[in-house]
Amino acid sequence: MKLMNALLSPVGRKVLTGATGIGLVAFVIAHMIGNLTYLSPDVNAYNAYAYKLMSLGWLFYTIEILLALCFLLHAAVGISIRVRRRKARPVGYKFYKSAGTPGKSGYSARSMIFTGIILLGFLILHLNSFKYGPGVAEGYTVELAGIGEVRDLRRLMTEKFQEPLYAFGYPLVMILLGMHMRHGVWSALQSLGMMSRRLSPYLYTTAAILGILVAVGFLFVPLYIYFGV
Amino acid sequence: MIINLRIWRQEGPDSPGKLVDYTVHEASEHMSFLELLDVLNEQLLADGDDPVEFDSDCREGICGSCGLMVAGIAHGPRKRTAVCQLHMRSFKDGDTITVEPFRAHAFPVIRDLVVDRSAFDRIIAAHGYVSVTTGSAPDANAIPIPKDVADEAMDYAACIGCGACVAACPNGSASLFTAAKIAHLAQLPQGQVEASQRVMAMVDQMDAEGFGDCSNYAECEAVCPKGISIDGIAGMRRAYMKGVLSG
Repeated sequence: MKLMNALLSPVGRKVLTGATGIGLVAFVIAHMIGNLTYLSPDVNAYNAYAYKLMSLGWLFYTIEILLALCFLLHAAVGISIRVRRRKARPVGYKFYKSAGTPGKSGYSARSMIFTGIILLGFLILHLNSFKYGPGVAEGYTVELAGIGEVRDLRRLMTEKFQEPLYAFGYPLVMILLGMHMRHGVWSALQSLGMMSRRLSPYLYTTAAILGILVAVGFLFVPLYIYFGV
Repeated sequence: MIINLRIWRQEGPDSPGKLVDYTVHEASEHMSFLELLDVLNEQLLADGDDPVEFDSDCREGICGSCGLMVAGIAHGPRKRTAVCQLHMRSFKDGDTITVEPFRAHAFPVIRDLVVDRSAFDRIIAAHGYVSVTTGSAPDANAIPIPKDVADEAMDYAACIGCGACVAACPNGSASLFTAAKIAHLAQLPQGQVEASQRVMAMVDQMDAEGFGDCSNYAECEAVCPKGISIDGIAGMRRAYMKGVLSG
């Protein structure tokens, strides 16, 4: 009960958002590196990687459940923080301006709720297209040496990213993801109390670099497929 | 210089308010912003109008009484400057400046630009102190404290409780104020004894007063006339989690 109250306190809400956010960042980085196996000279690398993940069994499902929880909690607390804003300032300013540095409320910070909601919508579409998209039953199979017949995710990906909507929509959302991470990563560390006078400037910069790296990392594969490099 | 002002006028806590335009023809660049309002008020009184109400006391940037949204920014456009120390040389001849009260549910408007900031007093009353038995004052150097620790405690103790952090925060959060009060005591041995109870009580009171959540925008640090760092907010969160985990 005491822990529950603590989690619902202003500090607890931030700790929840930050901790779930860091879990999601770990997932996004792993996913990005996984996607890059598509570019491997070994054409089976991507499918082999997907198969290895699935064959983790209970560990894979545990990670999936934890990720789903992270997504739900992160979205719920994030939206509730936004909703409370109106209650905390029922009458707004006629004229308001950001005071600039050392404030950190640039485009990325101000648009967290919008990028967040778009990412949530994207996630649903994305799961529908790929995770729950056509598989072995629909004939998307490939023969892997020493393993046998597995789902041909590479083919599904190649087909999807030949459609302009996917090839350009996906990178666009990934840029929004990069923006969300630009504020999100350093904000999570600040929320978890990991910032200090010495560390803050480094971690703030690291968050920007990480946001750019992830966005760029996700851009490669769809554009590579679409332009058939 | 000529300065045009658009000032929020509101008769009382429950009456509707609106921005009203005024012009001060004889402003000087050496005036503080509050002196400009004094000149305007003399003009209004001479015309038989009600003067614009605003709070001020020391007018040297150390008491925390004054606080206005000037040109959209808490305490105005000059960094680390309370509005009483903001001089008209920060503006240009002919500028139109919007002046509004600090806005938050927990800071209700009393009249014009005056708001009730007693929510801050209640956060302090919750545990913003060190419990000591009174007696004669101890020797100044009886408890040695390293210079860097004393300096950091002083940086947070510099908070004058003006409320600009709340006013500037897009979420209306009082995290910087509360964190500063917690941090300055938490640095020192006298404050460490009750550190956990203090952070829990003050954060709970901050929530009860209806302040918003912190989204780490750091707008508070940018407008703070004392330049208090949001590192204190990270420290408050560390102390809170430590308090929860240690029961």
